[in-house]
Amino acid sequence: MSKDRFKEFEWEDKEGMFEVALDKALDGKFKDEHFPLLRVKNLCKYFPIYSKGFLKKQIGTIKAVDDISFDLMPGETLGLVGESGCGKTTAGRTILRALDPTSGEVHFDTFTKLVDLCKIPEKKLKPLRTKMQMIFQDPYASLNPRMTVRQIVAEPLVIHNLAKGQELEDRVVEMLRKVGLKPEHRTRYPHAFSGGQRQRIGIARALIMHPSLVVCDEAVSALDVSVQAQVINLLQDLQEDLGLTYIFIAHNLGVVKHICDDIAVMYAGRIVELAKTDDLFNDPRHPYTKMLLSAVPNPDPDVPMNPALSGEVPDISNLPPGCSFHSRCSICKTGCKDEKQQLVKVGDGHYVSCSLVDGKK
Amino acid sequence: MSETGKNMDEVRDLAPRSPLPAPSSPSTPRSPLPATSSSNVLEIQDLKVYFNTIEGELRAVDGVGFSMRRGKVMALVGESGCGKSVTSYSILRLIQSPGKIVGGSMMFYPHDEKPSDIAKLSDNDELIYHIRGGKISMIFQEPMTALSPVHTVGNQICEAILIHQKVTKKEAEIKAIEMLRKVGISGPEKRISQYPFEMSGGMRQRVMIAMALVCNPEILIADEPTTALDVTIQAQIMLLMKNLQKELGTSILLITHDLGVVAQMADDVAVMYLGKIVECSDVRSILKSPRHPYTMGLLASLPGLAMDKQRLHSIKGSVPSLTAIPPGCPFHPRCEYFKPGLCDVGNPPPLEEIEPGHTAACLRAREIRGEVGKF
Repeated sequence: MSKDRFKEFEWEDKEGMFEVALDKALDGKFKDEHFPLLRVKNLCKYFPIYSKGFLKKQIGTIKAVDDISFDLMPGETLGLVGESGCGKTTAGRTILRALDPTSGEVHFDTFTKLVDLCKIPEKKLKPLRTKMQMIFQDPYASLNPRMTVRQIVAEPLVIHNLAKGQELEDRVVEMLRKVGLKPEHRTRYPHAFSGGQRQRIGIARALIMHPSLVVCDEAVSALDVSVQAQVINLLQDLQEDLGLTYIFIAHNLGVVKHICDDIAVMYAGRIVELAKTDDLFNDPRHPYTKMLLSAVPNPDPDVPMNPALSGEVPDISNLPPGCSFHSRCSICKTGCKDEKQQLVKVGDGHYVSCSLVDGKK
Repeated sequence: MSETGKNMDEVRDLAPRSPLPAPSSPSTPRSPLPATSSSNVLEIQDLKVYFNTIEGELRAVDGVGFSMRRGKVMALVGESGCGKSVTSYSILRLIQSPGKIVGGSMMFYPHDEKPSDIAKLSDNDELIYHIRGGKISMIFQEPMTALSPVHTVGNQICEAILIHQKVTKKEAEIKAIEMLRKVGISGPEKRISQYPFEMSGGMRQRVMIAMALVCNPEILIADEPTTALDVTIQAQIMLLMKNLQKELGTSILLITHDLGVVAQMADDVAVMYLGKIVECSDVRSILKSPRHPYTMGLLASLPGLAMDKQRLHSIKGSVPSLTAIPPGCPFHPRCEYFKPGLCDVGNPPPLEEIEPGHTAACLRAREIRGEVGKF
């Protein structure tokens, strides 16, 4: 893959609304063969809070996703972890434009051009949807009980008018085989399947259009351990086969460690630490990351748990000023209460948003 | 956790709140291992709970037996549908039609009362009302659905006190406040007039724990107490339960599928599969040298924080339906050590003692010991 591939195609966007000029997008940072598939820059998603009564005045905002940035290389897996309410699901949905972002840029490499998903008009978004798909958490709620497996898995192809008749049938069968289901399963309804099998149906539906980016929103959290291991293995095999890129949203740090190349730790809408998986687990820098890691119960009874914990997640509609973690932080200094923290590079691909841990080991 | 640590001194003052004649020293909590009666607080033998459905008789719990040591934490582990929740519900006699306890015994040895067989009690026996909530209480998985949304937290805790203790409403309220403080809720005087929806998930689970422990029960059944919580809150709740258990001498039956929680909390472990216990021992020997292939598989399929493996081991297939339990050893279609002609015929293998104190229900448990645990 070289930079030239972009030149072979005509640019459709005459007003220059949503396509990203290559030089600007790449900042001269990436060599010819390595473009990020996805580049998120200063993405924000705020939800307004309205007052009760007739006037519905806006009385506040929830900063669900606040100024997050990262690059995601093709074929890699980024983990988004954090406590519930930290904005990881909203981040995933905003990136796919399932929610309209408040501000920010999401550069997505469609293989023929780079587009900014935040600015592209709704009408032009539809063909791009074939490239980005989502796998949901609850395999019981995410499958329509009145549709057969064939209808569920074929629906994306039908909506985008990509196949019909025998070809449609063949692609459904092929996809079902790929996720470890049998062709004869396609006439059955979701209720006839176990949790693990349902999740496989959800995976088949997401992958039938050969997307390049898949957002897995807690895709294995609802499954039992033995089945969870099967689904994790399946996701990894499919990634190798089809060259998929995952954003893996989860709260189980063990699963994230197993499957991800990079991990972004989120707290109250912001990324507080972004690092390669090994760096994050061996050398966590941010006090919040340390707190999260210390809270994971070790399955070895001889390693006692010694969590350094205090407090609970603050009310996200009314965050403390300055670093939003300062109310729970063990190394908090007076300055933390005043200034917002920015992500700062502390090592190779390792970013931390805490002014007290910059640079030093 | 700092809040709990602070409150530990207060916990010492907690008197056992039995409506019946109190033991000799009413101002001190029970010692974990009293010399009186047996050292087991609950002995379950051959418990059978069947559900009659259109599809046939579902043997949700089929011949389960284990003993809970007084003042210890016993963990029941297994995948969903293995019967661990049905077992715990039957201890409280909460099984509803079409479910029925069709056999077995559950001997309950209270500290200061006559032992009784819970399985033999009738559904509206006065004794079961006395035991349920007073002597044996329960924490449920989902604190939002288990708490009433239309009653204040204080009302819900006081209800438990007023049913089981002879106190006035005023005294009950004071006890509720005291208990809320013990579980680490700040400003309990204000909190008791709040509704559950005004609290976070961790707070609600603390309220559940307060409600369960307020009558100072002998046994606390905790059905997936931390599954719905974040890791940080989970760790706080685990520490809280551990500390309160040490102080009050309560025995805990912990039901979970998280082996990390088991390792950190439990003293003894029973692994269940399809309504039967397949392995039972103390926590160290189960996690470090499992003897049943199912336990080995469960441990190996954990994506651990401590190891780097490219591919996870997984148990092949999935849990069969209770209507179609395989003949012979129910685990044989998924087992790596399956031997045709041995494992798939006859009755399910009985629990046998492989080592002192370590039982497993596998015909080949002695042969396959080569497979060492993960750690």
